[in-house]
Amino acid sequence: MKAAAAFSWLRQRFFATWSSGAASLTALAFLLWLAPPLWRWLVTDSVPGPADLETCLKAKGACWAFLYDKWRLILFGQFTYEEQWRAGLAVIAFIVMVAVSFVPALWITRTKRRFMLLSWAAALIVISALMSGGVFGLAVVEVRLWGGLPLTILIASVGCVSAFLLGIVLALGRRCEMPVLRWLCVGFIEFMRGVPLISLLFMSMIVFPLIVPPDVNVAQLVRAQVAFALFFAAYMAEAIRGGLQAIPRGQMLAAEAIGLGHWQTQTRIVLPQALGLVIPSLVNIFIAAFKDTSLVVIISMLDLLGTTNAAKADPKWWGLFVEAYLFIAAIYLFFCAAMSQFSRRLEARVGSERRHA
Amino acid sequence: MALSRRRGATGESVVEVAMSPALGSLRRLWKRPAIRAAAWQMLAVATIAALAWYVTANVRANLPRMKLELGFGFLWDKAAFEIGDNLFDYRAGESILKAFVAGLGNTIQVAVIGIALTTLLGSAIALARLSHSLIVARAAWLYVETVRNIPLLLQLYFWHLFLVKLLPAPRLAWNPLPGIFLSNRGLAYPTLGMQPIFTWMLMVGLGGGILAWAWTRRARRRRDETGAQTSTLLPGLALIFLPPLILFLLFGETLQWDTPSLRGFNFQGGGNRVPEFAVLIFGLVTYQAGFAAETIRAGILGVSKGQIEAAKSLGLSRGRMTRLVILPQALRIVVPPLASQFLSLTKNSSLAVAIGYPDIVRVSMVVTGDTGRAVECVAIILVVYLVLSLATAAFMNWFNARIAFEGRT
Repeated sequence: MKAAAAFSWLRQRFFATWSSGAASLTALAFLLWLAPPLWRWLVTDSVPGPADLETCLKAKGACWAFLYDKWRLILFGQFTYEEQWRAGLAVIAFIVMVAVSFVPALWITRTKRRFMLLSWAAALIVISALMSGGVFGLAVVEVRLWGGLPLTILIASVGCVSAFLLGIVLALGRRCEMPVLRWLCVGFIEFMRGVPLISLLFMSMIVFPLIVPPDVNVAQLVRAQVAFALFFAAYMAEAIRGGLQAIPRGQMLAAEAIGLGHWQTQTRIVLPQALGLVIPSLVNIFIAAFKDTSLVVIISMLDLLGTTNAAKADPKWWGLFVEAYLFIAAIYLFFCAAMSQFSRRLEARVGSERRHA
Repeated sequence: MALSRRRGATGESVVEVAMSPALGSLRRLWKRPAIRAAAWQMLAVATIAALAWYVTANVRANLPRMKLELGFGFLWDKAAFEIGDNLFDYRAGESILKAFVAGLGNTIQVAVIGIALTTLLGSAIALARLSHSLIVARAAWLYVETVRNIPLLLQLYFWHLFLVKLLPAPRLAWNPLPGIFLSNRGLAYPTLGMQPIFTWMLMVGLGGGILAWAWTRRARRRRDETGAQTSTLLPGLALIFLPPLILFLLFGETLQWDTPSLRGFNFQGGGNRVPEFAVLIFGLVTYQAGFAAETIRAGILGVSKGQIEAAKSLGLSRGRMTRLVILPQALRIVVPPLASQFLSLTKNSSLAVAIGYPDIVRVSMVVTGDTGRAVECVAIILVVYLVLSLATAAFMNWFNARIAFEGRT
């Protein structure tokens, strides 16, 4: 019986038609052809642990020794070597907080919301203390030494939060009835969506010093951060506008009927519903933003990709790059796949709630 | 005095109104939406104007201090740099303007080729995702998830180093076909010299195109009037391609090929594409196809099952069903998001600057380094991309309106 069931499953999932059977066989052959050399490169022939370039060049596989030597540089950049545990701890704390915040059940009642906001405030204080030091007897680490994964996460998260707030304002502005404000918002959004991010980063680097008084000195990190936030605010505004459009007019009329003013209607009736609808598309923008933090490499900042480029430029490991790039690709893949998984689950939830409503 | 009466419950409010009637009437004015709107908008305009004034004043003060000046006159100066690969035969010593044009040509070229290949690869992966075969579907899923979740810049760096390391030096170039050489200096390939007969062939081909269009119209009218089907695809293709071919066979001379040959450290003659071009196209297409595949898949799944069953019960063949029922409806779902993906491909092509392909951004950076004209160069990049974006958006809107209309009739 079991064999028959397995056979029928096999037939249905792999050989339903002649063409799909042929496709299955081709794909299988391709995998069988690809897997053994890949396995040999990754594992059998690779050089694990501490070794030098000579050994690696002799071996035919991956040189994990390169990664063993450089992983701390890649993850934390120039952050003071002895203090790197702090940066690591800060990253872990941040990831845990974000993961916990992705549980919708923790946001449903007012007390829970207040508790979540309080713990976020506490977490942010702890994280900034860990990163910059100077309190609790921690040594000071200057901001210009920050790099690697903490910097990537910093740019992405601060950029996304400010872009989100600005995006709400822009989306409301694009839908408001005052023509001047509306056209300003439309102009801003379309401009930002029409140009590539690096042109804005270049502006923050080259044009900014020209448009402020000579004594104003803003760190490159902050300038890039602002460019980043402005750019993604336009995309978020468009996503939020989609949500605003989906709110039926009756909601606005009902709010007016019970005596709510314009801002009360927006903040208590319209926005909560609209934002709930667009969380999946907002998460997609978060993912894009997280990936696009890597563009700061072009203006010579040392984010995760920048530190990797620095690591591979070391003459001690001249010519090696595949291992390091695979390593950070896995990091990016982990973060982005986790976010997209969350967005997909939420989308299914929102979809089913709407079907039941 | 409606206001003072309504707020009479609190003492100080009444006192305030009583003290200054002007303030009271101002408040009443503030209650009127039109006045309020006008005030907010004036405030917005004033803020923007103040900001613009501040920026202009700072720029004016900063320019002499930084020993810079503004203006686009430098575009007619001589450029001192080479651009490896371009469609306009730009050489060092020509005007900077021409360097920009060459860079723009490269950007557009990458965008056009990239969009075409992305559509092909994206469709193929979408079909693989929908395959009945589990292993094919899972492999396609793995591909999509991997390329979409890794930064494009990282992928470009990787492929760039990979290709440069993998490809041999020009002396040991791979020679897969006679006249074609692949090395770490790029792809060298033979080109055809321009011959007068090509112009004639092009014109005959265009004439054939007009005839084919007329034939299609006639076939459609006949179908609408009598219901009889006339084949259009094969006759159309024949009308377009056969006459130029016959013309060439009758009057064409032997073809003048310009083949590349190894001289010194690189190939001379023929066409030559730098490896960065291949890396950029490969990286952009593999990355963007992951997104396109998901969009196309959603479009195909978006056509309701009833439509397909109805088409089958009408007795339409598989090909006709795809062409007449599934595609028009799927396209309506797919085109708007696909258009914005093509736009982002065009904007992403600016990452060429990171791997050294001379697109418009790269040229701007080089010019900035040579002349110090940072503001002008950034302005040129912004304008170019805005125009490209708006043009693509306009074209896609037009196309979208067209297929949306056809779908409904």
